[in-house]
Amino acid sequence: MGEVLIGGGLFACAALSTLVTVGIVVVLISETLVFFREVPVLEFLTGTEWTPQFADKNFGVLPLLSGSVLIAIGSSIISLPVGLLTAIYLSEFASERVRGVLKPALEILAGIPTVVYGYFALTFITPVIQYFVPSTGTFNALSASIVVGIMIIPTIASLSEDAIRAVPLSLRAGAHGLGATKMEVSTRVVVPAALSGIVASFILGISRAIGETMAVTIAAGALPQITANPFEAVQTMTAYIVAVSLGDTPVGTIEYKTIFAVGFALFVITLLMNILSQVVLSRFRERYE
Amino acid sequence: MRFDERAEAPRDLGRPSPGDRRRRTLGTLFLLLCFAATSVGVVSLMVLLVDVLMDGVAQLDPEFLSSYASRFADRAGIRAPLFGTFWILLLTAVIAFPLSVGAAVYLEEYAPRNWITRIIQVNIANLAGVPSIVYGILGLAVFVRGMGLGRSLLSGALTLSILILPVIIMASQEAIRAVPDSIRQAAYGLGATRWQVTRRQVLPMALPGILTGTILALSRAVGETAPLIMIGALSFIAFTPQGVMDQFTVLPLQIYNWISRPGDDFHAIAAAAIIVLLVMLLAMNAVAILLRNRFSRMRSN
Repeated sequence: MGEVLIGGGLFACAALSTLVTVGIVVVLISETLVFFREVPVLEFLTGTEWTPQFADKNFGVLPLLSGSVLIAIGSSIISLPVGLLTAIYLSEFASERVRGVLKPALEILAGIPTVVYGYFALTFITPVIQYFVPSTGTFNALSASIVVGIMIIPTIASLSEDAIRAVPLSLRAGAHGLGATKMEVSTRVVVPAALSGIVASFILGISRAIGETMAVTIAAGALPQITANPFEAVQTMTAYIVAVSLGDTPVGTIEYKTIFAVGFALFVITLLMNILSQVVLSRFRERYE
Repeated sequence: MRFDERAEAPRDLGRPSPGDRRRRTLGTLFLLLCFAATSVGVVSLMVLLVDVLMDGVAQLDPEFLSSYASRFADRAGIRAPLFGTFWILLLTAVIAFPLSVGAAVYLEEYAPRNWITRIIQVNIANLAGVPSIVYGILGLAVFVRGMGLGRSLLSGALTLSILILPVIIMASQEAIRAVPDSIRQAAYGLGATRWQVTRRQVLPMALPGILTGTILALSRAVGETAPLIMIGALSFIAFTPQGVMDQFTVLPLQIYNWISRPGDDFHAIAAAAIIVLLVMLLAMNAVAILLRNRFSRMRSN
């Protein structure tokens, strides 16, 4: 009897995690539906002005989306190549002793709170950018992109390294036996063999960049606009949600409801990317034995 | 290739052809490129730490730790956020630890291999990828408004608990999976029930791994800002919380508040608070690493 109760209790713990997902989906969808009673879905998805807090209200989410995408692209330019090359270095070149120093350093980098990265962007990276391009504002997409890129290097490096290490030694030995240099082994044998894991790590990294909140709130500014100019301020979806919550927005107003609509969009985008990375991982995996 | 050319080939053996030399140079360049890329992360970390230390270390004194927030940077301190962070850490641990370990034990020791288990497992993996601010939205709707807990410590701790739930569950599962099956079989052979095997054999052996995962997850919770902004935790508080229903602030929130003010004075005390936060996180990580090392030594004996 006690055994059954315990089994039931443990199942309840496990089921709770599913309840969390259900909770997130129900909360986001129900509040978003209320939002769409006042704002047409088409206006939200295709409008190019986002001004819910002005007298002349516009609810086009594209400026926020473009802000998020701009930061995601900018940070990927840094984090994808750097992360992958770091993974190759750690698994193919570094000695055990060097690895023993580098891996913990990357773990510390991954454990630093995002608000600290925001401070770093605002007080160090932005002044450096302004030194080279004096017209850059205090808040700009470039600074945020750089810091988010740095933040995501450990994610991509460690996931890619796992994938690279899973490539059997025999493949490397075979290539070396044919006279290939280490570089040729890495780029033509190991990386192609680990490609599914590497691509999955890239997708997860980009998804993290889109969901990243504090660093972009601090460094990128609060100006929802569609621009590809990294020296200008932008506002991401996440930064907008923070901005509204910091203000005294009364419950039930349309501004309050925008939190849920934008949050829903954010949730759907990151969820799709996470699922995509799992699909890449399982569909395109090279199997050895 | 003509026959006579092939016949000449052995003479060149041992002497690298221009093509070989180019390949070797390329290889060296590639190694340098990989090394340079690896340095980016490490150098960034060092620059960040030096930047924060240089800005903030002058502000650190006992008064800074024991004073409340103030409109004046030179009088402001982190008493309230420091207490708030300890409260949040404790409450989150108390809520998240049993739930996560329970879930991990179920999935590893009890769950039948069926579609429900698979759904739970896939769901946990997906939850780990949900942006933290979305958890904040959930906390706002469910705990703050729905359950009427307000902007209390309890709301904050519950929100952070569900945020780190998947992290602890996955770490605990790994620790439990590492317990050799022979031990379970032996215990069952002696007539132990499933719970007895779990409680007396599996959990004690997996505990160091579970604790390591829990501490690392808690250090993530301590550094979180966005979800607590969502649930409306305040950043200007002149009291320390006395109970779980009190309003609160935490270090990351206070840091954000000071960063977002113009002026170097406030940025300097933000840096000082960052130093305190990083020292705390470092201490937690050190404990986790110590536990892990002890664990692996125990294993190898």
